[in-house]
Amino acid sequence: MVIKILNTILTVVAGIGAALVVYWILNKLAELLPRRWEHRVKPYLYILPAVAAICLYVLYPGIQTIVYSFANAESTQFVGLQNYTKLLSSDGFQQTLVTTLVWIIVAPLAAVLLGLLVATLVDKLRPTGEKAAKTIVFFPMAISAVGAGTVWLLIYAFVPAGQPQVGIQNAIVTALGFDPVAWLTVRAFYLNTLFLIIMFLWSQVGFSMVLLSAAIKGVPTETVEAGRVDGASERQIFRRIVFPQIMPTVVTVYVTVLIGVMKLFDVVYVMTNGNFNTNVLATEFYNQLFTNFNNGYAAAIVVMLVIAVIPVMIFQVRQFRLEEATR
Amino acid sequence: MTSTVQPTGTAATEPKVTRRARRPRTAEAAPAHWTVKAAVIVICFFWIVPALGTVVTSFRNEIDANNSGWWTVLNPANWGGFTLSNYHDAIVNAQLGQAFINSLAIALPATFIPLLIASFAAYAFTFMHFPGRNVMFLVIVSLLVVPNFAAMVPLLQLYGRLGIGGTFPSVWLFHIGFGMSLAIFLLRNYMATLPLSIVESASIDGASHYQTFYRLILPMSTPVLAAFAIFQFLWVWNDLLVALVFIGPGENAPLTVAVKNNLIGQQGQGWNLVTAGGILTMILPIIVFLAMQRYFVRGLTAGSVKG
Repeated sequence: MVIKILNTILTVVAGIGAALVVYWILNKLAELLPRRWEHRVKPYLYILPAVAAICLYVLYPGIQTIVYSFANAESTQFVGLQNYTKLLSSDGFQQTLVTTLVWIIVAPLAAVLLGLLVATLVDKLRPTGEKAAKTIVFFPMAISAVGAGTVWLLIYAFVPAGQPQVGIQNAIVTALGFDPVAWLTVRAFYLNTLFLIIMFLWSQVGFSMVLLSAAIKGVPTETVEAGRVDGASERQIFRRIVFPQIMPTVVTVYVTVLIGVMKLFDVVYVMTNGNFNTNVLATEFYNQLFTNFNNGYAAAIVVMLVIAVIPVMIFQVRQFRLEEATR
Repeated sequence: MTSTVQPTGTAATEPKVTRRARRPRTAEAAPAHWTVKAAVIVICFFWIVPALGTVVTSFRNEIDANNSGWWTVLNPANWGGFTLSNYHDAIVNAQLGQAFINSLAIALPATFIPLLIASFAAYAFTFMHFPGRNVMFLVIVSLLVVPNFAAMVPLLQLYGRLGIGGTFPSVWLFHIGFGMSLAIFLLRNYMATLPLSIVESASIDGASHYQTFYRLILPMSTPVLAAFAIFQFLWVWNDLLVALVFIGPGENAPLTVAVKNNLIGQQGQGWNLVTAGGILTMILPIIVFLAMQRYFVRGLTAGSVKG
């Protein structure tokens, strides 16, 4: 164990040290050049490692993935559009798409609404109470889906009828006189997916709450006061005065959660492994890659997902440029 | 994106106190209505109880934890069954102690190396003039939302050919590549708010770019560096997919993979062990969260644009 720890420390130090050395060398190289050239070359040397990392790890593999999506399972021969047509016509994959769609429809909207609810409620409390409530709702953001999985697997735990229940949800159900249910296997109405979404919301609402709360605090007091003077009710003030002003943040939160949901992997993988119709695109990608060893299918799934994400991505970049313009 | 960026930019330059003070609560000075308080208490209840169940179960002995609900400890008659042995078993038998070290070994370099690389790049993008600057920056920003599994199939093959699959550097490099866009984006946004005159006067005084960067810009960027470091560290610490794909179960597996594989995925591991393993994955993030809440919230909100 001690050797292992020492080894680890050594690897860590060597890794970070190597990165520092690269910059030292690059800087020295630039200083060797004549002064005029130094100024011309230096910016490129400064951004070179970053650009190299992005090219090697994002750009090149991204393009290669598109190529692989037209090739067979071992990436040895091109098969045209076969991966796509076979996937899209298979029942299993269609099911995966529908489940992903359930996530996309329910989760971002619920995250925004719940976040908005919590944010408006805590805004009315005194600062200490507000801070405490925010901390409590936000802390699951820090936890991994594996950690949160141990929390929620216990909540949904199933013990056959007649024995004492370990999971709180079945304990409540049996206390009310019903039979216990293995919640994560209930396919009807995507009930099990909805239970996964509840777990997702438990960990993500804190994020949307914090952003929306900051936006609500940024609403100029004068506008709210003016509404009050004119005799508007609290509900009218929220709908007509506050909400329009925090709309940009609402959109940001929605889009961010949407992107997160589209590529969601760990919640499903930890909780159900994608069984019982809970499979989503990212877990299907993993299955194709590691269970079926089908690079072609895996790559085709990624490409379809990226195509779906592109409109959202263009939106994000446009927002960014708008903001640059107003800076 | 306006609001995601502001927490790193504006909030960092002016202390939070002045923000609050700008908004006197004259009209709302009256204490909140009791229905509001009740609603907040109910919400907090729903957030705390799930976690409480896991914490309590992780201290119950095997027989108790698997044959009765954790809430039965509300009855003091059931207080005899508490134990610390679950943690011992999880750390030693389920190899989570080893995994904890692995997680650190993966997350620390995967945080600091991209931070270093991105700081240099962000400096160049903010304070140096060169042809192609804006185009390159825009390309980097638009790559922000590429999902990281878009790169996995080719890299897995490349690693296989190079024979570095399953090693720590293979994951570091991946996280460096995919943390880069976000880091450059955040750092440049922040550096753009620093007064340009500082850099100009430093240059007149004969300071090289390297000195300006190292002596002035880096120290002044501490808030955003901390925010990104915390975000990236927790992102890597909590990551499951990248670790599964490039390292997988075994002696180099980080906590997330080990808990999923050795505890959750195994039949017959009792709830006492599963919950203890879960708590072990949470300890460090929760400490970071409580100790650096302000940077933490800023980092996570800023990092939410990561693809």
